[in-house]
Amino acid sequence: MPAEKDYDDVPGTTVFDAERSRAGYHLNQFCMSLMKAENRERFKAGEEAYLDGWKLTPAQRAAVLARDYNAMIANGGNIYFLSKIGATDGKSFQYLAALMTGTTQEEYAAMMLAGGRPAAGNTSKKAPPTGAGGA
Amino acid sequence: MARITAGIGCSHVPAIGAALDNARDTDPYWVPLFAGFDRTKAWMAQEKPDVVILVYNDHATSFSLEMIPTFALGTAEEFEPADEGWGPRRVPVVQGAPDLAWHIAQSVILDEFDITICNKLDVDHGLTVPMSLMFGQPEAWPVRVIPLAVNVVQYPPPTGNRCLNFGRAIRRAVESFPEGLNVQIWGTGGMSHQLQGPRAGLINREFDTAFLDRLTSDPIGLSRMPHIDYIRQAGSEGIELVMWLIMRGALGEEARELFRFYHVPASNTAVGHIVLRPADFVED
Repeated sequence: MPAEKDYDDVPGTTVFDAERSRAGYHLNQFCMSLMKAENRERFKAGEEAYLDGWKLTPAQRAAVLARDYNAMIANGGNIYFLSKIGATDGKSFQYLAALMTGTTQEEYAAMMLAGGRPAAGNTSKKAPPTGAGGA
Repeated sequence: MARITAGIGCSHVPAIGAALDNARDTDPYWVPLFAGFDRTKAWMAQEKPDVVILVYNDHATSFSLEMIPTFALGTAEEFEPADEGWGPRRVPVVQGAPDLAWHIAQSVILDEFDITICNKLDVDHGLTVPMSLMFGQPEAWPVRVIPLAVNVVQYPPPTGNRCLNFGRAIRRAVESFPEGLNVQIWGTGGMSHQLQGPRAGLINREFDTAFLDRLTSDPIGLSRMPHIDYIRQAGSEGIELVMWLIMRGALGEEARELFRFYHVPASNTAVGHIVLRPADFVED
């Protein structure tokens, strides 16, 4: 991997690279376990006990219990894996997206209907962000 | 011999599948989206492809972080719709084309594209949503399918150039298959979208339009676009668009556009769709 991560300049974005994948391996594999209905039931019946079966860091564990998706991503979570927690909770992808952007689901849906978050001003940390929720 | 008669680009948003499966496709929100595929459905009924090579990505469904193949080709007799966490989509089982799939596998490996061969592969919305968009909701899919899963989840995905060249190798493989099959290749995913973090919801119509234009006007230039440009301009998940370049590479050096469709939004995503012909295509 190149030492300099050019993509770290993109605002509000965490690219799931080697370093993050290694940090998030157990977190993401825990999410993967929620693909099975019986595991979803066990998790819902006792989240703390279920998480005891996975080698999560304290920060990862706290982020899962708090459903803090940005914190899960900061600790190596990948959104396609994390969305399985959302599915277990009966939440849509758009609900998760609104949560991560710090807006209500209604505001987020309205932004999408209006054409989405504009790229202009949102492509580099060197420029100020624009659009609902900021970046 | 077998030949590639068309290439199709198409987004594969899961919410589209959910809308169809829950009979919400007539909701005002979804009507314009599905209407955009009416023309393709009618065209497809005329084309009657025998086999579709369907380039898509798995979304942490069949591939977890245990194994992450960059290119994985499905050689099975059939592929089950996967349970992605809320039960499998109620769509037909996907019938494979193992004779052609194994031929392609052998051909591209000897052509120096070292793919992974999958004899069992449950397919998620990345594959089944484009099927639904092109064929609606039939009792059985009217075409056999060779799934070609590309890693775009773990960074880095293959480069655009690698994808274009892989498409060229697939074309050589198909054209060396003795049976007279009508083969299409689809590239799916995209267009601009970001599903994670504070920048979720990014849409870039200008980028998407240029991408669609350059599939015919400048595919080689397009294939040289670095990953950072996709991530910046089209969102962290917009990088799925590299998969369209496999489709494009399989059409030969020149291709012409038959038609396209573009719509914002489907949930978090810009939906793009294009139908291309190889320039050397001749009617029977």
